[in-house]
Amino acid sequence: MNSALAFAAGLVFGVGLIVSGMTDPGKVIGFLDVAGAWDPSLAFVMGGAILVGFFAFAFAERRARTFLGAALQLPGRRDIDARLVGGAIVFGVGWGLAGFCPGPALVSFGSGQDKAAVFVLAMLAGMALFTVAERYTAGRPDRS
Amino acid sequence: MTIDWTHFTPWASLAGGMLIGVAAAMLLLLNGRIAGISGIVGGLFRPIAGDVAWRVAFVAGLLVSPVAVALFARTPFPRIEAGFGTLLVAGLLVGLGTAYGSGCTSGHGVCGLSRLSPRSLVATAAFMVAGVATVFIMRHVA
Repeated sequence: MNSALAFAAGLVFGVGLIVSGMTDPGKVIGFLDVAGAWDPSLAFVMGGAILVGFFAFAFAERRARTFLGAALQLPGRRDIDARLVGGAIVFGVGWGLAGFCPGPALVSFGSGQDKAAVFVLAMLAGMALFTVAERYTAGRPDRS
Repeated sequence: MTIDWTHFTPWASLAGGMLIGVAAAMLLLLNGRIAGISGIVGGLFRPIAGDVAWRVAFVAGLLVSPVAVALFARTPFPRIEAGFGTLLVAGLLVGLGTAYGSGCTSGHGVCGLSRLSPRSLVATAAFMVAGVATVFIMRHVA
């Protein structure tokens, strides 16, 4: 039941990414290229998503459970540390290099493009590397 | 600054963005989870009993979405300009960066900003600036 709904959410998310133009790396790079011929489309993607998301989250923040009775799991951290900023910068460099972020890369992989498969496999390797590194440092007291 | 009017698609992008917002609202209000793609995928590397199926199902939905779109519209796949080497490096950086930074364009950029989270605001500003700087160096310096 819950998995079927998660599948539906993933499907709608993917269709949204395709319709919006986010699955076109050239369009993403065109948005990031503010010094060249700038394509502001992606600001409209974020604007549209936040327009809907703002009300959904405002509604959710006042509830403890979902419509189906499951617990609402919202991140509660508010601290800003070097990991957050450093990680976001590293992500941004990769995003600018290829024009892919995780969602659109997975959708393009789903459409059977070999280049997207290379990106996705490398991305999964990066995530796996993080998990291994976290396990390795977990026993140390100076973990930051 | 010059606007690239030939590629500018305000209405399609706004509509697609709103669909992304609807999907995030669905996952939030039905499953109780944040629609952050890197977080959903990354969680599969640290599996917790009862917390795997919904992640796999969401990713499966993403993967079949091009098939669903192809049923209604015949649109060619967008070109991927980057070479295999660049894609390999970029993918690795995206995987590592989103893991250390606890999120990507969807988790921080859409869900976090929708919640007015200070962490997501900082992260989104950081990856936007880094993305703009990277493209500037690639297109106008290198």
